[in-house]
Amino acid sequence: MTVEIHARASRCAPPWRGSAVVLTIGLVAWWLLPDQMGLYTRIAYTALFVVSLDLVVGVAGMPTLGHAAMFGLGAYAAGLFALRVHADPTTGLLVGTVAGAAMAAASGAFVLRYRGFTFLMLTIAVAQIAASLLIRGRAWTGGDDGLTGFAPAPLFRLFAFDLEGRTAALYGLGALVIGLYVARRVVDSPFGLAVRGIHENRARMAALGIPVIPRLLAMYALAGGLAGAAGAISAQTNSIVGIDSLSFSWSAEALVMLILGGAGRLHGAIVGAIAFTVLHHTASSINPYHWLFVIGGALMLVVLFPPKRLWIRLRDRFRPFGSGARTSTSEAR
Amino acid sequence: MRVVANVLVDGLAYGMVLFVIAAGLSVTLGLMRFVNLSHGAFAMIGGYGAVVLTRDARCSFWLAMLAASTATGVVGAVLEALVLRHLYRRGELDQVLFTLGLTFFLIATTNALAGPQVQLIELPPRLAQPVDLGFRTLPAQRLLVLACGVVVALATAWVVTRARFGIWLRAAVDHPEMAAALGIPIRLVQNASFAVGAALAGLGGILGAELMPLEPYYALKYLVLVLVVVSVGGMGSLLGSLVASLMLGIVETASKYVASEWGSLFFFLAMALLLAWRPNGLLRPRAAA
Repeated sequence: MTVEIHARASRCAPPWRGSAVVLTIGLVAWWLLPDQMGLYTRIAYTALFVVSLDLVVGVAGMPTLGHAAMFGLGAYAAGLFALRVHADPTTGLLVGTVAGAAMAAASGAFVLRYRGFTFLMLTIAVAQIAASLLIRGRAWTGGDDGLTGFAPAPLFRLFAFDLEGRTAALYGLGALVIGLYVARRVVDSPFGLAVRGIHENRARMAALGIPVIPRLLAMYALAGGLAGAAGAISAQTNSIVGIDSLSFSWSAEALVMLILGGAGRLHGAIVGAIAFTVLHHTASSINPYHWLFVIGGALMLVVLFPPKRLWIRLRDRFRPFGSGARTSTSEAR
Repeated sequence: MRVVANVLVDGLAYGMVLFVIAAGLSVTLGLMRFVNLSHGAFAMIGGYGAVVLTRDARCSFWLAMLAASTATGVVGAVLEALVLRHLYRRGELDQVLFTLGLTFFLIATTNALAGPQVQLIELPPRLAQPVDLGFRTLPAQRLLVLACGVVVALATAWVVTRARFGIWLRAAVDHPEMAAALGIPIRLVQNASFAVGAALAGLGGILGAELMPLEPYYALKYLVLVLVVVSVGGMGSLLGSLVASLMLGIVETASKYVASEWGSLFFFLAMALLLAWRPNGLLRPRAAA
């Protein structure tokens, strides 16, 4: 039912619509807020990371608390590439993407054989093991001190990364827009439909002859690639990679952002990432512990008063046409 | 040889602390199917309660231990009655998010009340002095930890398998409507199990304060360890949790003694292997589920 409606909806809405909206809003914000470029870039790569998490949690239905492993590995790969091989940012981005995808494929081949709580715990273990190994490889990664001493070369050999971070912000926005487009195309493709089917009823999809584990593994690797790209951008624009980019709390925060914005619809990931990062920036600039009050309170409120219901109510108010059928299926989920 | 003995003694003590904290989570998560990520915060409440009682109120350690764990149990019972019981029927994700939010909130509160520094529980002289075991001397506090772990293990195992309360609990979990129809006070059973689990976590927080220093991020830092113990031990299997916490405690201690530069690599490697080998719990064969 949902699948059929989604297919119809995607026929009406072109796949580039979400990316176009993000691009437009992003460009306007870039022009309006020249003082906030650091925050802007942070939002861009965080949003890309949460979109990739949405592919795993919202689309494939596998709650994970170790997604930061792919982000961190992409960041370290891009940082090391810039430090040891070449400083070109786009090649570095590619290296980070490949590293994230490879990490996801390698760990996914092991963890995807388990489900539910066991899967969740195994993803934590994978991220912790990767973090321990990276700390151990101090000669290469800088250990606890983090990887520093690299700076990206000008983008496309034309645009230098300036101190204000205006180039970095546009670079982040561009990656987010492309990443969102790729994710949207994948989710609406027959492959994406199969993965969503597995989410809704694994046994039935298996009975229909869909190879369940390979499909999930492909989706996991793809999401890992996007997460690696997000990590690469964070490494290039901050010029530092810390071990906390693989931490449990970074995975948990991304999951919180995803739930805040609503899982499974991709644009919810972006809304959640923006809200969370802006909130974080404002509250923690006052006092880091106040931030915990704010996020703790927000989490409890979100569970007691789910945003999904508020979202649907808002959408019904502003979209009178053809919203009836979609609303009922969203609520039924 | 001496290293092996040291690792065994310290690892067992560490494992016992993990078990005492994890026992409550094993019941709420395993039997009641409630994902409680604020369990680490309960251990923190117990520990901080004991700090306040021994250091500021100058009461004896034993009394503080009893009072602080009881107080944690009361906090757990109140929370369960007011909010958490409404989440029993919600999805796992909702439970995870709410209890994670609660943990963040409690971390911030702890920091606001007690500050970010590490707190120490004042031990009575009899517990602080060393005891000679023949091959090494160790603080008497470690012996107390081991003894408490054994007592908690025996008591919980007896309650869950033999006592009427345990039978009620398992009935309430398996088939709540039928259990209620048979006159079992389901709400009381749920509330009491939750409270006892919280009280045990508080006790674990007090006992383990020497090994896991009390500071505001305690609630999050050791939460992963406790979750690991419960998942490796198997949902709701107290004996499994005991075996898992002792094994993982020894692995963690051994890697700290022998290969400290690898961090917690071996702990998580052991966890991943054990979980891959027995995804339903150490003591349950794979086919049974």
